[in-house]
Amino acid sequence: MARTIKKSTARKHEPTVHAKPASRPRPSRRVLVLVATRKGAWLFHGDTKRNTWRVDGPHFLGHIVNHLVLDPRDGRTLLAAAKTGHLGPTVFRSTDFGRTWKEAARPPAFAKAPDGLDTKLPGRVVNHTFWLTPCHANEPRAWYAGTSPQGLFRTDDGGDTWEPFSIINDDPQFRAWMGSEQDGTPDGPKLHSIIVDPRDPAHLYLAMSGGGVHESFDRGWSFAPIVKGLEVVEGFDAANIAFHDPHCVQLCPSNPDRLYQQNHCGIYRLDRPSKEWTRIGKRMPKHVGDIGFPMVVHPRDADTAWVFPMDGTTVWPRTSPEGKPAAYVTKNGGKTWQRLDAGLPRNQAWWTVKRQAMTADAQKPVGLYFGTTSGELWMSRDEGRRWACIARHLPEIYAVEAAEVG
Amino acid sequence: MKVLIPTPLLSYTQEREVEATGATLIELLADLNRQYPGLRFRVIDEQNMLRPHMRFFVNGDQVFNITQPLRPTDSVILVQALSGG
Repeated sequence: MARTIKKSTARKHEPTVHAKPASRPRPSRRVLVLVATRKGAWLFHGDTKRNTWRVDGPHFLGHIVNHLVLDPRDGRTLLAAAKTGHLGPTVFRSTDFGRTWKEAARPPAFAKAPDGLDTKLPGRVVNHTFWLTPCHANEPRAWYAGTSPQGLFRTDDGGDTWEPFSIINDDPQFRAWMGSEQDGTPDGPKLHSIIVDPRDPAHLYLAMSGGGVHESFDRGWSFAPIVKGLEVVEGFDAANIAFHDPHCVQLCPSNPDRLYQQNHCGIYRLDRPSKEWTRIGKRMPKHVGDIGFPMVVHPRDADTAWVFPMDGTTVWPRTSPEGKPAAYVTKNGGKTWQRLDAGLPRNQAWWTVKRQAMTADAQKPVGLYFGTTSGELWMSRDEGRRWACIARHLPEIYAVEAAEVG
Repeated sequence: MKVLIPTPLLSYTQEREVEATGATLIELLADLNRQYPGLRFRVIDEQNMLRPHMRFFVNGDQVFNITQPLRPTDSVILVQALSGG
């Protein structure tokens, strides 16, 4: 029997967000904001107007939680990818919104390397599970997980047992493209942005930092790079997949043939069936640039997307450019961008937003949410025109997801 | 044999000292995992290597070889060192 634990504490706090009166009837479904941090996880339960938020947490205090996701297919299963600074990685599951959690019987783990072989592909060890994606609506209880170092895993029993999935974990070509752990981001190379085409469960995308963007038409049996048009760091060869560093890829729910990407080298759009990405970040203000990590798409308008730029100059400070944080939105597929900073600090704010730490809900108007490296949770209930802080003094925020419940 | 559990793993055992059996350390871990599911993978990785900062002491001596034989009368301490600032 797997371990069951209770969350460490739960408390209510006074509302901190105040909105203008609603101008139109609001849907009755509530937004649940899931916040994963370097020191645990928190759930923020919104009211039906997204005016007030009840905080529930911390869950897993002291654990590094890289992703916390609610299954949209059943509306009640939460998966949390967790580890501590010293213990091995695991996955926790809850079906009662975090009142109790059960640990996976078999968390994501690479295959054991054959004994006694001088192999060119030494056995690997999952450092942490980084990304969780529910599979297609027609595959209930199935999920994909991306790990650091880069690996792809799947569960078919709601997250209890996980198996290495697809050929890429141990394929020599993919292993070469992944590079070594020294080639990855500061806290380890990631497999992320696992996307399932809502029209076809066999059509998948994934991205690796580093290692490029890849596409499968056969449910992961094979993957092929899809990197044409993407730039790499100056002086390197874009034909070498290993040099490609996608930060976040998103598919538009309203048009699954359109994808947006925030890359180490700019912001891009891809319109299928084309296989060539177009750099749309060149239209960003020059003093801000088009480097960043998160990429957020509108749930109903494929021409609208948001980014949160960071300083990617000189030694890559990974802060807001000039200490002045702002989101940027395009409403025409990247032809133009507008700055969205009303309510945000005007200066001396040196935080930024990680690749999983910005998201949107599906309400009208769309609510946007982001968590900062300094532990602040911000939201906008009007698609970014005005921002308000929901919570301060959390640990460094790694991921923010918005789910609809009730 | 008696096994002393480090505090980061008390959420599994609920007890500082537990009883487990095994002819080697890796068998001992298997028995601990049978009693406390999930514990083994947090101590040892999928390549059967001790995770960084996890250490075994058998009768007071540090042991790195997880296939080392054990006797029923041995005393085992599992230690998780801490690092970082």
